[in-house]
Amino acid sequence: MKNDLVDLRSKAHWVWRETLAVHRRAPETRLASSLSSIEIFVALYYGGVLRFNPLNPREEERDRCIISKGHGSICMYPILADLGYFPMEELQHVCEVGSFLGGIPDPVIPGYETVNGSLGHGLGVATGMALGLKRKGNDRSVFVVAGDGELHEGANWEAIMFAAQHKLDNLHLIVDDNRISMLGYTDDIVSHGELAARLHAFGWDCMEVDGHNVLAVLAALQQQKAMLAGRPKALIARTLKGHGVPGLENAPLSHIINPKPELIDSLLEKHQ
Amino acid sequence: MSQKPLAMRDAFLERIWRAMSENKKIFFTCADFGSPVLDKIRADFPDRFVNVGIAEQNLINVSAGLALEGFTVFAYAIAPFITMRCFEQIRVSLALLSEVRPINVNLIGVGAGYSYVVSGPTHQCYEDITLMRALPNFQVLSPADHVTASALFDTCVNTTGPKYLRFDAQILPVIYEDMLPNILKGFHIHECGESICLVATGYMLHTALKAAQELADEGIRVGVIDLFDLARFSTAEFQDALQRYNGVVSLEEGFRGRGGLDAMLFEFISRRGLKAKMLNIGVEGAYHFELGTRTELHEKVGIGPQAVLHSVRTFATSLSNE
Repeated sequence: MKNDLVDLRSKAHWVWRETLAVHRRAPETRLASSLSSIEIFVALYYGGVLRFNPLNPREEERDRCIISKGHGSICMYPILADLGYFPMEELQHVCEVGSFLGGIPDPVIPGYETVNGSLGHGLGVATGMALGLKRKGNDRSVFVVAGDGELHEGANWEAIMFAAQHKLDNLHLIVDDNRISMLGYTDDIVSHGELAARLHAFGWDCMEVDGHNVLAVLAALQQQKAMLAGRPKALIARTLKGHGVPGLENAPLSHIINPKPELIDSLLEKHQ
Repeated sequence: MSQKPLAMRDAFLERIWRAMSENKKIFFTCADFGSPVLDKIRADFPDRFVNVGIAEQNLINVSAGLALEGFTVFAYAIAPFITMRCFEQIRVSLALLSEVRPINVNLIGVGAGYSYVVSGPTHQCYEDITLMRALPNFQVLSPADHVTASALFDTCVNTTGPKYLRFDAQILPVIYEDMLPNILKGFHIHECGESICLVATGYMLHTALKAAQELADEGIRVGVIDLFDLARFSTAEFQDALQRYNGVVSLEEGFRGRGGLDAMLFEFISRRGLKAKMLNIGVEGAYHFELGTRTELHEKVGIGPQAVLHSVRTFATSLSNE
């Protein structure tokens, strides 16, 4: 067990390196928001939370993972390749002509379920899937990874109310709470205040966690997955946009800043 | 034996209700909008009925999610709200998603054109043909009576992909008394004319048929076509039908010159090199707050029976002077 946990940390580090490398080759990809969500995806995909089958990505007996923060999920490219959804070689061609790995992931990529480039749609669609699973008698779960910025989209709150009303305890919302959208800190734009308290008031079970502590994220997800109390579940993962990259980390404009290639090279050299 | 006219929604929902006990895949969603027949669906199939509340964006997203789980979804709301309030959800989670994943979602919009007569422009709908036909992968269905509406049900169940059904809110007289329109063909020829053909959709078919009769009395024989499938009609057969005419008149209960039926016909005639000149009858481009009967409102904006007769007569004269 101990080895598995250590592996998760080193896996997260490997994903961090690979995400930097992808961005180094394809600067059109959004780096900062892809670095804040790494440990969330590593916990989901390597921690045994999600049931999935890379050989049959849409098999009925899978947990559904809806990646609502589409452009902020470039870290999923190395993860999906590593898990066997597509060949590792594809990572060399992100954003190139003929590649299916674009600047914003689309559901033509094996492992992606829905259209995610436009923000604020994932949770609503996931809510419909969660209701559909319940009505089919399928006990699989739906996980949604969303950014805190996209919770500004009002459609999310329609879905949040709906999910509580219909007691969708097979629905998980994981908020990559990096507190920065494109033009600065969300607290300065339209603050979510105490997000967990708000979601709780809407009838959701909520937990908060250090989103860069992959073991803590995993523990929270496992605990929540086991909870079937007739309430949808939210995990607020406190994260840093641009995690681990000096000048980018937690910078208000990190969404649109591209670190210099030399900086990425030196980071990759330094953090083997 | 003449059929008793029904509201399109009641005829269509009756088909859904009847099918739901056999077909366990059918799921009905609505945005807090009812109908007498809907009460039967709510009562008999509570597990496959859901009211999302006054929340059309979520109506579309929840319907998309249910469709991804294999359900055949019918989503039901007032026409302007189910198209325009949630247009980007429709684009992203239905039109775009259906490019890669098979989903069957049927949007039922009630209240085409002026059919909510006294409710004013928020509840009336003159833009939906333009908007919905702009979306690839969408089928746009615009019946003129409850018989056609009801006959569209089988297509909805059997054809994968997103569809928009544009229903009148009023009970309209039955047009298809002793026959069914050929749904797959997408249009129906009611009259064959000499020089001019009226192509109408929805409520305007009734106006077109009446106009054709009056014009016939005056010695002008015009053709009348009901175009009820605005996206996937049989183009070869439609071309055959229009080939012989010198003039084609579009009639729609939607804005004129803003990308609706008129633009579609312009494009069709020009791309196929047909000889016909066009006259477009549609709502003159602005919003109106005046109250009146539907006919009075139609006359004000240029699509009433008298306005249509006048326009077609003038068009006929101009064609014969050429």
